Amino acid sequence: MNVVMTSILYTLTFLAMYVEVFFLVTFFERHKEIVTRLDDNPNRVYPNVTIIVPCWNEEKTVTGTVESLLALDYPKESLHLILVDDGSTDSTWAVLKTFENIPNVSIYHKDNGGKHTAMNYGISVTKTDFIGCLDADSYVTSSALKRMIPYFDDPKVMSVSPSIIVANPKTIIEWAQKAEYQLSVYIKKMLGLMGGIHVTPGPFSIYRMKVFRDLGDYKYAHKTEDMEIAYRMQEHGYRIEQCHDAVVYTKAPRTAYALYKQRLRWIYGFINNTIDYRRLIMKSEYGTFALFTVPAGIVSIFSAMYLFCFMVYSLFNFVVDKILRIQAVGTLWGGSPSLDWFFLDTHAFIFITIILYGLVLTSLFLGSKLANGKVKFSMGMVYYILIYSVIAPLWLIRALWKTVTRREVAWR
Amino acid sequence: MKEEKKNDWKKYLIVFFITLSLFLIAIYVSDALTGRKLNELQSIQDNISIDLLSSETQYSLLNELDCSQVSPNSVLSDELNDLSKKIEYSETSIGKSDQLTQLKESYSLLEIKDYLLMKELTSRCGQKSVFVLYFYTTSQNCSECVKQGYALTALKEKYPALRVYSFDYALNLSAVETLEKIYGIKDTVLPAIVSNGQVYTGFHNVEDIEKLIPKLKDILPKPTDATSTAASGN
Repeated sequence: MNVVMTSILYTLTFLAMYVEVFFLVTFFERHKEIVTRLDDNPNRVYPNVTIIVPCWNEEKTVTGTVESLLALDYPKESLHLILVDDGSTDSTWAVLKTFENIPNVSIYHKDNGGKHTAMNYGISVTKTDFIGCLDADSYVTSSALKRMIPYFDDPKVMSVSPSIIVANPKTIIEWAQKAEYQLSVYIKKMLGLMGGIHVTPGPFSIYRMKVFRDLGDYKYAHKTEDMEIAYRMQEHGYRIEQCHDAVVYTKAPRTAYALYKQRLRWIYGFINNTIDYRRLIMKSEYGTFALFTVPAGIVSIFSAMYLFCFMVYSLFNFVVDKILRIQAVGTLWGGSPSLDWFFLDTHAFIFITIILYGLVLTSLFLGSKLANGKVKFSMGMVYYILIYSVIAPLWLIRALWKTVTRREVAWR
Repeated sequence: MKEEKKNDWKKYLIVFFITLSLFLIAIYVSDALTGRKLNELQSIQDNISIDLLSSETQYSLLNELDCSQVSPNSVLSDELNDLSKKIEYSETSIGKSDQLTQLKESYSLLEIKDYLLMKELTSRCGQKSVFVLYFYTTSQNCSECVKQGYALTALKEKYPALRVYSFDYALNLSAVETLEKIYGIKDTVLPAIVSNGQVYTGFHNVEDIEKLIPKLKDILPKPTDATSTAASGN
């Protein structure tokens, strides 16, 4: 390995470790502010909130989504649901019609134009000061909205996002995502405390209506409208908070290919929104978002890709060595492995990697603590580290390639 | 109006120093363990030097001694093998370092001394010994050398009494260069093995070498040897 390759490897690893340490220092600095509330204030007056559910071919899941909204522990007269069928080609519209007689539910049908158009349609007919959205593959827990609304007591807070957890994981891919989503609960909370959130996800982010009145509607935004609106809010100094004890369950991709397609869209959206808003990067007036969140995202993309290339390079050398061995003596392995400590790899990079994975594991455990209330090991954590190490670089490389060649990504 | 965001520059700096500290700890631990490995190599080498000196002294006294009084395997085949494996591993894991190069040079000198001594013992006392000098290079990407290394290791496993002395052409050590001159070894013909004064260049597998060095049959361990060794081990 030459000096240039080693220098790049160490620099990227240093930056990756810097990101992990940054989150950990924030946690120890601010952990007293992270309180999971057990009771609600009975004297609180809750404002009117409209939740938009954009649907496109969601016949199988939308009923559960709407029922979870109807079951919210929130004053019924203050909660309005707007269900928008974005030109579905399945029986979604028929399913939505089963809710049309419920007093606080309105249903609309429009020609297909993409999720952002369905959201904008909902916004155009909203009359409340608070507005939220819920993807039609997600389900809220009953206490979620009551826990999120108090964040708006601070007039500077413009949007609040909940903790998103994978619902009923069954496959290894789903378990890996469950660990990843728990990790996100921790990361998003830390970013929220620092004012650096870069996405207000489709599953149940709540906004002040002022956001859309001041900044305009959702945009197409490379199929990641929930990321673009957050970038726009950050540009205008609108604060976004993370409510870790409001839980929303979402249906995660079940297969590696479905996960690949979803992440390709997300990463493509991150890369392209970042390019669109490149004027903000490393500008101190935009705070943590510009100085830490977006640069950390860029570093993580390059680190993952470089480490992947490095792994492929190492694997190639290993295979070449084994081929030479087979050509020489006809066997893959020789003799019994030595137990002498001398033959343990004591290269500095091994110890750096151990520390880095230790920090990642610590983050996973802190995510588990925030999401479940307790530190709990799950095999999902192992699946997450193993699976994402291998397949994440694939969607990163593909997303970069699509950006360079100016090609769109598919929604599903 | 947009609110100016406050940045916690102190925190960015603290995180930088914590990360740097973690990096330095990793590098320090690695350096400490690498240092211990090099010390271990040095220690093995020192032991071999002493044992070799002892053997040379024995050899000097040969004229006054009966061959039966000279221990047959006086010269440290196992220790030299152990040292060889560890130096080879260190080259790939630690990389080039002055200390390692120095250790490798000393090791090459010990090999030559052992070779000369064993050759004398063999001719004077009639020991059944087979020697192979193996020349390779680490200065260029010599895949044939890698293959030859595997083949000789396998040969050594089959014939434990075989003595393989390996020399890195890239070392530029005068004693090794003298050996290279004697046998006309050049870096263009590597890998090369020398046995009984004959030079064989290019890759040779185990079967080839067995054909080239028929005397190997004489040192093939008999099945009873293994049984008695195991018994004596108990």
